[in-house]
Formats: sequence, structure tokens, C-alpha cells
Amino acid sequence: MYVYDEYDQRIVDERVAQFRDQTRRYLDGKLTEEQFLPLRLQNGLYVQRLAPMMRIAVPYGLLNATQLRKLAHITRHYDKGYAHVSTRQNIQLNWPRLEEVPDILAELASVQMHAIQTSGNCIRNTTTDQFAGVASDELEDPRPYCEIIRQWSTFHPEFAFLPRKFKIAVCGTEQDRAAIHSHDIGVELLPNETGEVGFKILAGGGLGRTPVIGSVIIPWIEKKHLLTYLEAILRVYNQHGRRDNKFKARIKILVKAMGVEAFRDAVEKEWAPLKDGPSTLTDEAIARAKSFFVSPDYEQLDGAAAEAALAEQAQRDPIFANWVKRNTVAHRVPGYRAVTISLKATGYAPGDVTDKQLDLLADLAERYSFNELRTTHQQNMVLADVRQSDLYALWQALQKAGLATPNIGYLTDVICCPGGDYCALANAKSIPVAEAIQSRFNDMDYVYDLGPIDLNISGCMNACGHHHIGHIGILGVDKKGQEFYQVSLGGNQAKNASLGKILGPSFKQEDMPEVMDKILGTYVELRTEEESFLDTYNRVGIDPFKERVYAKAD
Amino acid sequence: MPKLIKDGAVVADDHWRAPEAEAEQVAQGAIATLAQWEKLEDKRGSAVQLEPGDGVEPLLPHLDEIELVTVDFPSFTDGRGFSYARELRERGYRGELRAVGAFIRDQLHLLLRCGFNAFQLADESELEGALDSLRDFSEHYQAAIDQPLPLFRRRE
Ligand code: HEM
Ligand code: SF4
Repeated sequence: MYVYDEYDQRIVDERVAQFRDQTRRYLDGKLTEEQFLPLRLQNGLYVQRLAPMMRIAVPYGLLNATQLRKLAHITRHYDKGYAHVSTRQNIQLNWPRLEEVPDILAELASVQMHAIQTSGNCIRNTTTDQFAGVASDELEDPRPYCEIIRQWSTFHPEFAFLPRKFKIAVCGTEQDRAAIHSHDIGVELLPNETGEVGFKILAGGGLGRTPVIGSVIIPWIEKKHLLTYLEAILRVYNQHGRRDNKFKARIKILVKAMGVEAFRDAVEKEWAPLKDGPSTLTDEAIARAKSFFVSPDYEQLDGAAAEAALAEQAQRDPIFANWVKRNTVAHRVPGYRAVTISLKATGYAPGDVTDKQLDLLADLAERYSFNELRTTHQQNMVLADVRQSDLYALWQALQKAGLATPNIGYLTDVICCPGGDYCALANAKSIPVAEAIQSRFNDMDYVYDLGPIDLNISGCMNACGHHHIGHIGILGVDKKGQEFYQVSLGGNQAKNASLGKILGPSFKQEDMPEVMDKILGTYVELRTEEESFLDTYNRVGIDPFKERVYAKAD
Repeated sequence: MPKLIKDGAVVADDHWRAPEAEAEQVAQGAIATLAQWEKLEDKRGSAVQLEPGDGVEPLLPHLDEIELVTVDFPSFTDGRGFSYARELRERGYRGELRAVGAFIRDQLHLLLRCGFNAFQLADESELEGALDSLRDFSEHYQAAIDQPLPLFRRRE
């Protein structure tokens, strides 16, 4: 993973000093509330329903054991002993004290971490595929480019006060596990006709109250032009994005208003003088970034023997076997697998992790996965490089800590925002809905039989839980002061990304498990043998689901 | 009352007066609004103020003639002026580039990097601290006007 040199360290250290001074001036009354607001936001600090909420950057989801231990310490010492993994791979604290935030930032800086630009109207943390570097379907590891973008965007002087927040995602597979279509800018590594790998660049995707799938701005561009091209897009957005209405301020609205053609022309015009300028990437710069993401020292393992040994263990312990089947995926290196750690145990808020669990995960990362762990935008964690022969011991350790729920990719692996329990903007609670659905569908055989289902829940139309791109999306709405839930079907965040369609009038919280039951029952009735929920939905459309859910009781 | 920071030091206000937006023609000694400025036949030695939305396009053919460009920040969260400054410098403007309006001390460092060399702060009590804020960071990743080479070209 990326390791700071003296430059990186100096930059984060100077940031801590700067924010310490800003916080002091605010507490002394020298900075107004209004002036302090964007400054604290750009350091990850929101003020929420119960307390400030702090978002810590996890660049493209990578953490090492030292950092995990530091996070455990921070949640224990400055918070209430738990943290939350967000849908943009970051870590959130729910209860820090404003006065202590500079100290938290200093603690983070001591392990090469920060909270820079994790909120506010600036370029946010760049996200990617949690299986980057180990996936067998990967064209090229996207993380070096994420790091190049991280550095370029950190304190970019021109783009610190954009019309609205700005999110970039990069992926290196056709399958797209980074949801690049729903980002302000999506970057995909791909070859041109001659086989040279470059980037496709999309812009204008986004969720929130006006969900939009991004448009291709340039179908292929040489790698060296990445930063100048991004700079041109941002420059068009910074100057022409709407600032009169924050609900119309995202780049997606600008791209729609101008039309993709005109937007592209504007970008090309801004790009012409920047192209081949000093920010053009050099081969050395790319090589340096890549040098941090070389393969770890994998052992030469006999893949077949490892498979056989694993099969034998599985034979003896069906619970273990099931976990391997559900929570691990193939690795490009024989004898290894990538393991997803479920943060979706029933009874715990999706994505929450305690200080003790963080400490344990640090140990496990050290022992079993070359010292690294990843966060995922599905609010889980990944140990990406585990020897098959270590799976059993790893599983036992995870199981003891409540981290081995075998549900990755299934219905109960719910993606869920903090909602009304924490968030001041919420229309409705989201965590209790997730829990009610998890409890209702506790028969795992039924859940497995349903196959892969993305269930996404947001407490309001800001869409922090990505409900538009869940196969099933649930949105909290306010009906005359009462909490209601609107359901949408058919969203998809991967390749062929699509936005869900609203099923119909919204439901009360207590009805949600029943509604889910009817939706799933409809699918089970109508599916052909090999169809997933999404396939069936795409074939039959929304009507059969509608009829069933809204049918009058006889 | 001096409120101006110029080239890294606190200096007395100069002779330029703020734009008089209602006037048809720019008055002697006043900074022109863009509309007034566009009507000037002789742009040598002129001073013009850009408001958010104006863009730099009209200025580009005359960059050698202009003496002062002020960029207004009616609200400190409106970041269009950051792009204006950088584009003016990138296209070769060498005269004075002054930020005016509601920008705050904590933005000075960024403004400086975008090519501003003068700052008319709204609150004079901030002046001394402001000089410190100009130096908030001693190193940067990306290229800008103060450092035309990105860190990745300087690292080794
Ligand atoms: C509790 C404090 C939070 C507040 C006040 C908040 C606020 C918002 C707002 C206002 C938006 C909409 C922005 C727009 O459309 O322009 C948004 C979007 C988003 N939030 Fe949050 N959020 C919070 C927590 C979270 C958490 C915990 C997560 C992760 C689980 C998250 C992930 C996201 C994501 C992924 C989006 C992007 C949707 C898009 O592209 O528009 N947020 N948030
Ligand atoms: S979706 Fe709404 S309720 Fe949920 S965290 Fe975002 S702003 Fe809060």
C-alpha cells in the first residue's frame, strides 16, 4: 500500500496545525459559525443530531494493521467504542467532541491518515474496487491511479470551493465493482484498438435526489493525460455549475443542462491549453505509484493440493464450508482466496464495527493477509490475500468475534445509511428497517435460495445508502410527520448500471418485512431456474410485483 | 486605513476606487465593471473587476494592457474566482491580481496558489494573522501558479 514520504507527512502535519488554529479561533469567537462550517467540513466534521460526526478518509479503502489499531484506540478514547464503515469506504465516528478533533487528526497523522476533504464542496475520497489487485477479472490494478488522483486532489487550490461535493471512482474491471456510473467522475481502465491501456472517462453520474447515470465524456484517453483531463472537467464545473440552488448544483445537473455534446466541447476547450502541460503524468510518476501496489510475497502454493485440503476441512465442518462458499472469492494466485468480513450481523447497525473488533482485525490482517485490510462500499471489510490453508483458523477467530455471518451479497447483507438514529437530515430511521428485515429473513436456506440481492436503504433522498442502485431500494419519506418507506426495484450498480423504479405508494415501518416477503415471493414464483432477482425483474417488469404487494386482502 | 496585502506584505491602500456599477462609463480612478471596461476604447493601464459568472474570456486579448484585475468574492464559498485567477495567469496575465470581497483568511493560501498577489481583506483586524495564513502549507502536490511543477516531477 502507499507509504508516505517526508512530503506527504509534512502536508498532513501542516493540515493538523492549520485546523488546530482554526478550531481555536472558532472557539474564541474569531471565526463565525458560517466561516467555520466549510473549514470543519473539509476536515471531515459534520454537526449532527446528537453530536458532531467525523468522517475519516480511507483512501480507496486500504488500511494496515497499525492504522486499524489506531482507529480502535480513537473509537475507544474519543468516542463510544464503535465506528461505522460508510458506503464510500470511509470510517465514521458518531460521537467525537469538537474540541478534541484536532487531537484526533494528530493521532491519525501519526499513522499516515487524515480526514481531509471527506465532506464539503470539494473533491472527496477516491474509491475503487475492494478486490483491486487480486481479482482474476482485472485488466490492471486501479489503485496507483487512485493514489495519483488522491495526491492531485488533496488541497487542490482551484477546486476547494466547488458548487457541490465531487466524487471520483476508478475501476479496472469490466464488471465494475466501484459503481463508477453513479459518480461525478467515473474512470475505467480499458484498452484501445491497439491494446494500449488507457482510461474511459465518464462524468455527471450521481445519486441524491436526482439520480443520474454518468455519460461518457471521452471513450479512451492516454494515461498520461489523466490529471489534465480531470482538471479540465473540474474547471468547466467550477465555473458553470449552478450555485443558486444546492439541489441543482451537482455536475450531473450541469451535464444535463448543457447536453453531453456541449459539455464535452467545453471540456475540450479547457483541456487544449492544459494538455501536455506540466501536470501531464510522466512514466516515472506512474511507475512510482505502481511500486506501492506490487504483489506481496505470495508463496508458491500447490493450488490443487490446497483445494483438496480445503475440501476435506469443509467436509468435516459444514458451517465452515458454508462460510467459505458465501464469504470468500477466488484469487488470481493459486492457493489464496479473498475473504469478506461481514459487518452485517443481525442486531448490529450495518457497517458498525467495535474497537475490540478493530483490534482483532488488525491482528488477523497481520497474521493472515500481509498486514492489510480493505473497507468496501457495501460496508464490509476484506482480507484480500489469505492462504486457503489459513481459512479455517481465520474463520474460527472471526466467528468468535461475531464477524463471520455468511451473507455476503445476499439479502441480509443490507447497505444502510445512519438514518434517523443519527442523522439530522433524515426523514425516517433506516437501521431498524434493516434489522427488521434481517430478523424476518433469518432462514438462511431461503436467503441463499433467493440468490444475490442488493438491498439498499437510505433515510432520505440524499441517498447515502445508495437506494437507487439497489436491486431493491428502500427510501425513508416523511408523510405528515410520520415515517414511511418507499420501495424501488431494479436498480443496479454494476456494469449496465440502472436506477430503480418506484413500486408505488409508501409503507409504514412495521409493514416492511411483509412487503419484502411479497416482493421476494413474487420473484420466487416467476423466476426460471437460473434467473437472479434482477434478471427476473428485467424480464417481467414491475407490474407483477406491484399487483402482489398492493393486492386487496380478500 | 491600510487593509491591503500585496506581494506578501501589508501595504497602504492604493489609489484605485471600488467599481461604481451604476455608472455608464467608468469614472476616473475607479475600477471598471466588466461592462464598463468592455466599452473602453483604450484599455492600456485599465483596472477591471470580475464578478462570479463574468468569466475571463473577454480579458484574454488584452492581458498585456491591463494594470489591475480585481476578482470579487461576494460570498466566500463561491469558488469561481479561483479558476478565473488561475486561467488569467496561465494565459499570461502579469499585472496585479487582487482578491476583494468576502473571502476569508483561511483561503489566502489557496488564493495565492491560484495566482493572486494582492488581497483586500474585509476585516482589517485579521491582517497580521493573514500573513501567517499565506504560509499555511510549505509543500503541495499539484502544480499551480506559485509552483508550476507538480510534486511528482520534483520528487526524485
Ligand atoms: C449522518 C450524517 C450524514 C449527512 C448529514 C449526509 C448528508 C448527505 C447529503 C446532503 C447528501 C446528498 C448530496 C447531494 O446529492 O448533493 C449525501 C450523499 C451521500 N452520502 Fe451522506 N450524509 C451523512 C452520512 C453518510 C454516511 C454514513 C454515508 C455512508 C454510509 C454516506 C454516504 C453518502 C453517499 C455515498 C452519498 C452519495 C450519493 C450521491 O452521489 O449523491 N453519508 N449525504
Ligand atoms: S440518506 Fe439522508 S438520512 Fe441517510 S445519512 Fe444520508 S442524509 Fe442522513
